[in-house]
Amino acid sequence: MITFDHVTKRYPNGREALSGLTFRIGTGEMVFLTGRSGAGKSTVLKLIALIERPTRGTVIVAGRNLGSLPARQVAAHRRSIGVVFQDHRLLADRPVYDNVALPLMVSGSPLKETDKRVRAALDQVGLLGKERMLPVELSVGEQQRVGIARAVVSKPSLLICDEPTGNLDPDLAVEVMRLLKRFQDVGVTVVVATHDVHVVQGFGQRTLVLEQGRLTSGAQDESLPSMVASR
Amino acid sequence: MGIAAYGARHAQAFLGSLGRLARSPVATALTVFVIALALALPLGLKLLVANVTAATGGFAGAVNMSVYFKPEVPLERVRLLARNARERTGVAAVSVISSADALAEFRKYSGFGAALQALIDNPLPNVLDVQPTAEGRSPEAIATLERYFQAWPEVDLVQVDTAWVERLDAILDVLEHLLAVTAALLAAGVLAMIGNTVRLEIQNRRAEIEVVKLVGGSNAFVRRPFLYTGMLYGLAGAVLAWCLVALAAAVIAGPVATLARLYGSHYVLAGPALDDALWLLGGGVLLGWLGAWISAARHLRRIEPRA
Repeated sequence: MITFDHVTKRYPNGREALSGLTFRIGTGEMVFLTGRSGAGKSTVLKLIALIERPTRGTVIVAGRNLGSLPARQVAAHRRSIGVVFQDHRLLADRPVYDNVALPLMVSGSPLKETDKRVRAALDQVGLLGKERMLPVELSVGEQQRVGIARAVVSKPSLLICDEPTGNLDPDLAVEVMRLLKRFQDVGVTVVVATHDVHVVQGFGQRTLVLEQGRLTSGAQDESLPSMVASR
Repeated sequence: MGIAAYGARHAQAFLGSLGRLARSPVATALTVFVIALALALPLGLKLLVANVTAATGGFAGAVNMSVYFKPEVPLERVRLLARNARERTGVAAVSVISSADALAEFRKYSGFGAALQALIDNPLPNVLDVQPTAEGRSPEAIATLERYFQAWPEVDLVQVDTAWVERLDAILDVLEHLLAVTAALLAAGVLAMIGNTVRLEIQNRRAEIEVVKLVGGSNAFVRRPFLYTGMLYGLAGAVLAWCLVALAAAVIAGPVATLARLYGSHYVLAGPALDDALWLLGGGVLLGWLGAWISAARHLRRIEPRA
């Protein structure tokens, strides 16, 4: 599903966020991406979501080489993945329903289909019945679940999450991780960037540990043993 | 995407834009009012030109030629020459004004009746009043006709007073050019105003735009509500501009009618016509769309999502 092949990312200010990063994530895997602040976790997600492009190396997601993907195909690529943020990124002046429906609206889904999927997504995150409420009327945990519902409403094959438990207390953090695990259980590839090692440890999934833009642990996947070793 | 879904998305974008404008009524009203003033000025000028043209249309076509005969030419000879003149191409009508009729009229209207009684001889000549056909009113045709009459040995003087008609035509021409220049300048102003309004709205909604782009919103999708906002501004401005001009025309129609009556005319001031309204609405919507499109294309390109 995701291949990073000797990927380097240098920002315009000269900071090298990633240095020759190589790893693979298979379809249907749930992978944690951990490391201290500035280790390069968010940059990995930015490259996957095509918010940034690699300076060197190759990023392949679902068969698409993102480094050479034409600008006109960027929107279509983003529609094929779901993204969850630490700060939720909800539209404050729109009710929960509109926030969750947003990815379906941009993809031109018919209204009936949109309605069906929004209710299903809200049901999955336990927020059915709160669709007319504004984000500000919800708790932080509920806001995060709205963000997750928005990320999965269009049934993406890949879900990337940037510090999804960063603002949550431990119980809520575990609850959110369980929710994400449920999506992996139905075949969605899930990549979670987090610095919360306690939460990670409880789930027993493969963990990629980043330090100063380099992978220090977790590159080897038993199902894909030869790829990194051959480099 | 099916046509129904496409239409539904446009309807949502349209209603969303309408709702946003309605939620800030004062700012919206001020912007619409300024746009309306910018659109009303060229419409008002167009109305002025149309009314002046209509009011003076009868005079502008009335190019008459007066042919004065030498005093010794008898009236019978003048009438004979008048018959010849009527046969000529480019001549619509010829009337003979005898020296006796001219003196009687002069005596009646000049106020010198008593003094004229003292005259032994009638000093006024016989005159032909020649009215050219519509085709014969061009400067070249008038000059040819003038040379034709001047060639008659019986003729003393041929007088054609077309200068004031030419001046009036020139003034109307200046006004028409002024109208075109004003319309172009104000259209550019409307474009800039709507573009700037849309730019501010884009800045205010930057976070929302980032989220929409992050979930895969195409540039066309992100741009759509701003285009509707621009079109709504243009439409509302055009409607208000039409109302302002129609109101102004209604207010001055009475005094204009009074003035026309004093000049013996039944002229009634014409307000903006239906085709003016259609042009104005179409132009307003088009300018709104174009201003919003230019601004959105320029500013939305710079907004990319942050993670």
